[in-house]
Amino acid sequence: MMPRLHGAFFTLFYKEVLRFWKVASQTVGAPVMTAVLYLLIFSHALEGHVQIHGVSYTAFLIPGLVMMSVLQNAFANSSSSLIQSKVTGNIVFTLLAPISHHEFYAAYVLAAIVRGLMVGVGVLAVTMWFAPLQFIYPLWILLFAILGGGILGSLGVIAGIWAEKFDQLAAFQNFLIMPLTFLSGVFYSIASLPAFWQHVSHWNPVFYMIDGFRHGFFGVSDVSPWISLAVGGGCFSALAVLSLNLLSRGYKLRT
Amino acid sequence: MSVAIRIQQVCKRFDATQALNAVDLEVAQGEFFGLLGPNGAGKTTLISALAGLTRPDSGSLSVMGYDVLTDYRAARRQLGVVPQELVFDPFFSVRETLQIQSGYFGISDNDDWIDEILENLDLTTKANANMRTLSGGMKRRVLVAQALVHRPPVIVLDEPTAGVDVELRQMLWRFIRRLNADGHTIVLTTHYLEEAESLCGRIAMLQGGRIVALDTTQNLLQRFSTHTLRLRCRGELPPAVALRAQQSGGWWSLPFDRFDEIEPLLAEIRNAGCAIDDLDVGKPDLEDVFIRVMHGQAH
Repeated sequence: MMPRLHGAFFTLFYKEVLRFWKVASQTVGAPVMTAVLYLLIFSHALEGHVQIHGVSYTAFLIPGLVMMSVLQNAFANSSSSLIQSKVTGNIVFTLLAPISHHEFYAAYVLAAIVRGLMVGVGVLAVTMWFAPLQFIYPLWILLFAILGGGILGSLGVIAGIWAEKFDQLAAFQNFLIMPLTFLSGVFYSIASLPAFWQHVSHWNPVFYMIDGFRHGFFGVSDVSPWISLAVGGGCFSALAVLSLNLLSRGYKLRT
Repeated sequence: MSVAIRIQQVCKRFDATQALNAVDLEVAQGEFFGLLGPNGAGKTTLISALAGLTRPDSGSLSVMGYDVLTDYRAARRQLGVVPQELVFDPFFSVRETLQIQSGYFGISDNDDWIDEILENLDLTTKANANMRTLSGGMKRRVLVAQALVHRPPVIVLDEPTAGVDVELRQMLWRFIRRLNADGHTIVLTTHYLEEAESLCGRIAMLQGGRIVALDTTQNLLQRFSTHTLRLRCRGELPPAVALRAQQSGGWWSLPFDRFDEIEPLLAEIRNAGCAIDDLDVGKPDLEDVFIRVMHGQAH
């Protein structure tokens, strides 16, 4: 039974959530499973050998995996929805409707955040039994999860608009999103890296999202959460402006 | 009568192709209007510009007085477009598709109207079926339903019967005729010229992005087409008649404008000693008009 759909923005947002929820085993279940496998493999290999910020490796790894799942799935939601709609042609239904570019952007990004958070909660719910976790600053946890989802959701909107074929989107995902998330300190603290790679990591905005998110759990991080918040806020603002600019011009959507 | 669609000096170029070239057009409220032309003439580009899918390089377009660019929200609420391509969202059922489409237009409680549309398009039994499971004809009907969910006063159908069987075609036209009788303005593009001839009160013909003919269907038929007397006979036609006639497959074709021309013509043929074995009378048709206009043979 469909709820009453009030207004174009809410309808588009609801449609985007319903779209991924209808294939939840693929869009929520599978990423949770992948994260659990990462945890099992890495914690088996490194638990007992490594301790970071005074916590066990498995406990350190869990927030990183949760946040990585949030980020990757937020990106996947908005980008795959847009490219599918473009390739199949059904995007015409939203383009014919009286939906502003602000509503369009907000609906896609919000739905991306919802999927990211659902996957993140799923990963947390399954992995938290493997190591004792603290939740010292829950608001930081929530804030960075939403902000990270917003950043990657926006990046997904840009990629979905730009890509004309699935392989272009796959290239975006494999050569930009994957390196950014994997090299952001999910599996290690950047303090353990050589000075050069520490410097490089500071240019990766995803590092700040992971680090700030982890700060919410343990109260310690590689950089101040306020700096991470400022970097994340700046990135989100820049990507939002770019997305809105593309949408208002109808770039690759309207001829 | 008030204007439903106003198109003024609209130009659109795609790379080397001038898709629309200073198009001027007005469609009055309540009209059943036909937009005809060969492939690549600019019909779909014109409809896309009206719907906001294509941005014109210059000129202006409005629907029910609302500019499609500066007042796009109001303009789109006035317009229902049935796209040419058979597109659908595979995640949703027919009813979900129509509820979502209603929501896009700010209509939260639309089930009564959705039920009525489904019934008129013979889709009631498929309301809860996933879009993927529908046949091509049914998907086409859902496209029509999607264009109607917000009760737009202006409905544009871009080749809605392409690849559709006769039964569905007739059902669709009955429904569209009823909407037109209820006051909806209908704009139709089609390659089925007999459909356009029987449905449209006025027709514009596009070629190379320009409107090359615009008139009532009746006037177009009178201006660009004639009746034809076709006959098979033994013996030589009188020279004056033979000059006007064309021969093909043993039949002579003679154009004429008024029925009172027939009897003197037949008398002239008989008097020349020519025996008529068979004859029929062909009415002017839009296909004839279309071919003449497209080949610049207006007379």
